[in-house]
Amino acid sequence: MDHALLLNRLQFAFTITFHYIFPQLTMGLALLLVILKTMALRTGNPYYDQCARFWAKIFAINFVVGVVTGIPMEFQFGTNWARFSKAAGGVIGQTLAMEGMFSFFLESTFLGLFLFGEKKLGPKLHWFSAVAVWLGSWLSGFFIIATDAWMQHPVAMTRGPKGEILLASLSGLLSNTWIFWQYLHNMIATVVTASFVMAAVGSYYVLAAKAEEFGKTFVRTGVIAGVTASLLLAFPTGDGQSVMVARHQPATLAAMEGLFHSSDRAPLAIMGQPDTEKQRLDNPLEVPRALGLLTTRNWSGKVRGLDAFPREDWPDNIPLLYFSYHIMVGLGTIMLAVMAVSALELWRKTLFRRRALLWILMLSFPFPYIATTFGWMTAEIGRQPWLIYGVMRTAQGTSPHVSGGNSLFTLLGFMGMYTILGILFLFLIWREIDHGPARKELAAPALFHY
Amino acid sequence: METLWFCIVAVMLTAYVLLDGFDLGVGIIHLIAARTNGERSALISSIGPVWDGNEVWLLATGGTLYFAFPGLYASGFSGFYLALMIVLWLLMLRGIAVEFRGHIRNRMWSSFWDVVFSGASLLLAVFYGTALGNVVRGVPLDKDGYFFVPLWTTFRTGAEPGILDWYTVTVGVAALLVLTLHGALWVNLKTSGDLQQKARRIASAVYWAASAAVFAITVCSFLVQPQLEKRFTAHPLLWAFPLTAALGLIVLRLSLSADLQFWAFIGSGTFIAGLLCSAAFGLFPLLLPASNDASLSLTAFNSAAPNYGLAVGLKWWIPGFVLAISYSIFVYRHFRGKVVIPHPEPEPQLATAGD
Repeated sequence: MDHALLLNRLQFAFTITFHYIFPQLTMGLALLLVILKTMALRTGNPYYDQCARFWAKIFAINFVVGVVTGIPMEFQFGTNWARFSKAAGGVIGQTLAMEGMFSFFLESTFLGLFLFGEKKLGPKLHWFSAVAVWLGSWLSGFFIIATDAWMQHPVAMTRGPKGEILLASLSGLLSNTWIFWQYLHNMIATVVTASFVMAAVGSYYVLAAKAEEFGKTFVRTGVIAGVTASLLLAFPTGDGQSVMVARHQPATLAAMEGLFHSSDRAPLAIMGQPDTEKQRLDNPLEVPRALGLLTTRNWSGKVRGLDAFPREDWPDNIPLLYFSYHIMVGLGTIMLAVMAVSALELWRKTLFRRRALLWILMLSFPFPYIATTFGWMTAEIGRQPWLIYGVMRTAQGTSPHVSGGNSLFTLLGFMGMYTILGILFLFLIWREIDHGPARKELAAPALFHY
Repeated sequence: METLWFCIVAVMLTAYVLLDGFDLGVGIIHLIAARTNGERSALISSIGPVWDGNEVWLLATGGTLYFAFPGLYASGFSGFYLALMIVLWLLMLRGIAVEFRGHIRNRMWSSFWDVVFSGASLLLAVFYGTALGNVVRGVPLDKDGYFFVPLWTTFRTGAEPGILDWYTVTVGVAALLVLTLHGALWVNLKTSGDLQQKARRIASAVYWAASAAVFAITVCSFLVQPQLEKRFTAHPLLWAFPLTAALGLIVLRLSLSADLQFWAFIGSGTFIAGLLCSAAFGLFPLLLPASNDASLSLTAFNSAAPNYGLAVGLKWWIPGFVLAISYSIFVYRHFRGKVVIPHPEPEPQLATAGD
């Protein structure tokens, strides 16, 4: 692989991975905030408003870092992927521009009102601004998924006389079959992240005997939302997504599963290490025939292995793709188990006596972040060697005159910048958690005297 | 259709410069106009609820440019690679400075972010001006419409220019002065007392420098880019834009003397809008002139998306634009009026565990 191409890919991967740490919390948390605000509105109990105020602070810090790390994403299509942008801009520019017009304005307007207008707006309008922030952020997610879905499964396009890509139907672009499961799977994953974070912070308060009443509310909310979302994450959305991959990207599915040879008795590999030289899975731990059943809904359905596809169409990093997928699924299973046990104990009213379980809840908050990251790696490494699946190869999409040296310069710059940003973020988040939800409000933060 | 989308992008970009322009300007004068921590907090509160929304205009403009003129988007962003990346980093630093500053009330913490905020705002203003200068001057395009310019070469305009040369740096300085003026007039509008008086003095002082700089770059632009002379000679109606700018400048001056704070700010906005439209429509249909061979220039016609995309784009763009404008009006109305300068207050007590 040529040097500049690798650096361009690394830079996009690094900046998008770091960026997505933040929106995956804010999108899920926006829904949980709506739930807290709804409880406040329905019960008239200011306690829930206080809960919401605490999470709004966590939300705000995440949102800022999400916004500033999001700015480079849109522009990097042009800076590092100019030939891709020139060819496909007429298509994916539509969804990216719609995101700006329909969700960013909505989100930024109502977030300001939600964070600083509680007194002035009154309970109903304040509740409404929470709903608007939630809608705005989930709409933003929709447009991004629609953009990615088109790169995964290009629809609604025709080729011009010189081979250029022409948008044939906007409604077709927005109703791409790929969007449905990927959108639901992704948005539910954000709820899982937010639930785990809320439950972890709550467990900390309970375990540390610090703001215990709030801690219990956070654990309860986090566990109830978390067990529901973790279930939906696996079935039907995760399952639906894998059937979609099997149907439209069969070579990707074979690589994800480490299936080198076509078979009508394809086993589901739980563990094992793919050896692309010898074309086999070392040390396999497999469920016989399960892969065939899952992807074709038939015990003796035939699943095509990598041998059914020309080598140049194989994803270019099969081991990484295989492990990304398996880490996502493995952690998803662990997360579901943690939430299911917690929910059971919550139902039996014994959860808050099970300190070991609270410890597990507190320490498992990184799992959804890791699983989400590897889930996206599965999707994007799985798309390789295509930039637009079946239409344009990744190597054909780079900027013609941006040299490897320039890419490396900016990649290192981003790494430095994001290291500082990450440290600041952790510091401020830890401070908010340490202060806790019960802190007496200072007159108003120095920033906002309206 | 291409012409219509050219106008749309021009309008959106102007909206961005007018809106984010004043909060950049606030950043530029942040350290000079506001001396105490309270005054600096007041300055940041004056843009706190709106800066993010203002910056959304940049993202929305970028997205619109992307789908309407993918050829220009691809060529321009990859060609000005280094400058664009630096702009992105500055935008990031500035955003976190505005938002993180208020999280901790500690003298060292806030003064650190004050300097980051002001420095990043100042450099952004210069870079935006430089970017405009580059677009007017043109770049050496290859036959596929791509180019790459380093940050600087010999500081001369010509066939192998850098992003920084005598002309673009001059435009950068002019942009700095114009946005300083714009920001000072915003502070003049949004604050009261000493702070407002200082902002007003800064505005009066910068006024002549900004006018002179803009006059200078106007003359230089006609020297550097022959297309401007051709367009203005062929379409005398285009003089309406520079005249609008001049009118704005006069309104600004008179309102400033009469202490009409709102009208002074509007005058400055009109001035900036007039300048940007003069440049955009003076170059039209060129989007990015080629400095090596005029026939290679990127135009609204050779870099636009195909017709179906442009036509269908209007269907969502119009409602989207109406929504965006109404949100903006709503926010500015909601947070209208002067910001309060907080009195010096004792450091808050640190919350103890479990309180």
